[in-house]
Amino acid sequence: MSRLLSTGQAINEALAIAMETDPDVILLGEDLVGGGTREVEGTDEMGGVLGTTKGLEKRFPGRVLDTPISEMGILGTAVGAAATGLRPVAELMFMDFLGVCLDPLLNQAAKLRYMFGGKARVPLTVRTVCGAGMRAAAQHSQSLYWMTAGIPGLKTVIPSNPAEAKGLLLAAIRDDDPVVFCEAKGVLMQRGEVPEGDFTIAIGRANVVRTGADVTLVGFGATVSVALAAADALAKEGTHAEVIDLRSVAPLDEETILSSLEKTGRLVVVDESTPRCSIASDVAALCVDRGFDFLNAPVRRITAPHSPVPFAAILEDAFRPDAARVIAAVREMG
Amino acid sequence: MCPEPIPTGVALSRERLLEAYRTMRRIRSFEEKLQELVLAGKMAGFLHLYVGEEAVATGVCMHLDSRDWVTSTHRGHGHCIAKGVGVAGMMAELFGRATGLCKGKGGSMHIADMDHGMLGANGIVGAGIPLATGAALTAKVKRSGGVGVAFFGDGASNQGQFHESLNMAQNWKLPALYVVENNGWGEFTPTGFVVPVADIAERARSYAMNALIADGMDFFDVFEKAAEAIARARRGDGPTLLECKTYRFSGHYVGDTLAYRSKEEAEHWKQRRDPLERFEHRVVEAGLLSSDALRSADGEVAAQIASAVAAAEAAPLPDPTSVTSDVYVNG
Ligand SMILES: Cc1ncc(C[n+]2csc(CCOP(=O)(O)OP(=O)(O)O)c2C)c(N)n1
Repeated sequence: MSRLLSTGQAINEALAIAMETDPDVILLGEDLVGGGTREVEGTDEMGGVLGTTKGLEKRFPGRVLDTPISEMGILGTAVGAAATGLRPVAELMFMDFLGVCLDPLLNQAAKLRYMFGGKARVPLTVRTVCGAGMRAAAQHSQSLYWMTAGIPGLKTVIPSNPAEAKGLLLAAIRDDDPVVFCEAKGVLMQRGEVPEGDFTIAIGRANVVRTGADVTLVGFGATVSVALAAADALAKEGTHAEVIDLRSVAPLDEETILSSLEKTGRLVVVDESTPRCSIASDVAALCVDRGFDFLNAPVRRITAPHSPVPFAAILEDAFRPDAARVIAAVREMG
Repeated sequence: MCPEPIPTGVALSRERLLEAYRTMRRIRSFEEKLQELVLAGKMAGFLHLYVGEEAVATGVCMHLDSRDWVTSTHRGHGHCIAKGVGVAGMMAELFGRATGLCKGKGGSMHIADMDHGMLGANGIVGAGIPLATGAALTAKVKRSGGVGVAFFGDGASNQGQFHESLNMAQNWKLPALYVVENNGWGEFTPTGFVVPVADIAERARSYAMNALIADGMDFFDVFEKAAEAIARARRGDGPTLLECKTYRFSGHYVGDTLAYRSKEEAEHWKQRRDPLERFEHRVVEAGLLSSDALRSADGEVAAQIASAVAAAEAAPLPDPTSVTSDVYVNG
């Protein structure tokens, strides 16, 4: 059975299942519960900025921790707790805030196991919101998964719809390595069918969401719907696009990308982030390194420009990759 | 409400008192207009209102001049206005126009005016604190006589950037002022849930820093304490942590449902502690300003804001190709 849920509700459900099935799972972050918890009449618990953690403290008392605004402390504590027996899910309200708490991820979570000769485990999940589109400007809109994907020892996943969010989050929490779970703003606003009950989606495997023989469109997170919209429009012109949802940007499912490229000979990758050192660049490099013989046209990367995210609507809309640019790129491939 | 006496240490001319009132009223009216515009769907973005906290920015910034820098937070409109930034440029920025202070690139959370010593609102909680420390360092090295002032919330005092900055500033005896606007809340979480000390000012002690506590709803108290702290900084006697106890009348951001906070708590502050009303009662009672003078100031401010809105609405949008300009100095 499945029901229509928002991505936030799907995440809430995954967190509840993870906590129900494993007493070591704890949540920590800012405003996860919030005010209205002291039985003050006429007030209500907030359950996070988007209500994603609402109700969990009541169900699992003492396991949902409201922290001060201390990201370095939140992530560092979560790493320490993960290495010593808990399975924490830490929330970093916006991925931009990585700027104030990179060390626990970069030098601790990602490296303890390696430095200790394989003797440590850091089963940590960091949930974080990324992406542009809300007129939130340069410090609340970045897509920094390229940064965490580039750090050996970390995994980074990014669902493209509510059902995927539930399955990937359960997989991330149960994974014995640190996983960064990115919630793209464009996806958070979606609603979709979500299966009931406990299920996981394998980390490191891409999903072919639409089959086609003429061109491969690779997306992940919010750009899957961009690729699908482009595929719809291209189909009307007689061009049949195959759409791949990466689901996980680290590890990267190279085989699914290459086998699609082998079939279509042409590939466009759509990435919300800035272009340098990006997932788009990685996918393009993969096509050249291992798929050169399949290529009938240069690989095209549709990304944001090399700039911070601007505030004004007209500028932000110009910043974000859209279906029109994907369609134009495919047409130019001939 | 029983009028309280004006502190004897505060001797302000009629003009300066009017200036203080005008600034507070300008902040209040500017933001009430923003709220209206956002709720009417005419303005986008994350907007955090300063309504209720006007006395803090005003009482501090009245001691500042063109040598001085302030840094602000996500709740930055009040600090801009108090530091002398024009509402027309601000309004155009919030409308995302080419004529905005930041050409439409910054918006509310990053509004700045380098020409008025306003080093930016900030989307990163706590990040303005070291920036103001840096401005104080510049002032010290260049012997400009200026001070660096950081405005930030109680929540920001839980960031490492706060503690690291205080330690450095005290060690170097920087001409800095750290103004904590303790409004009792960090987003939806009461300060007491996440902070074990009763007063943020206590935190100064670990850095051997001078600390003061002011009633942030009282312009005169803030003005008096800030005078002392800023004079000390300009003399070369080092930084101060000034905690102002205040309250945000609105939600954390425009659109906040406020479900987490009791109506009684908010009403208490609004009815009993409103900084504009308290100011008015006292200056009128003391015969320093007439109600008429204050009402005509209200009228001037309202006209100024109406014309800022009209100009912003008529202003051109930025050219989409400007997305990639201003990333570097050359190009
Ligand atoms: C580094 C960082 N963490 C979290 C946030 C999200 N956030 C924005 S405002 C805010 C609360 C700030 O509280 P406080 O410093 O007390 O200032 P106030 O909003 O009460 O004025 C939070 C958690 C942020 N913008 N930056």
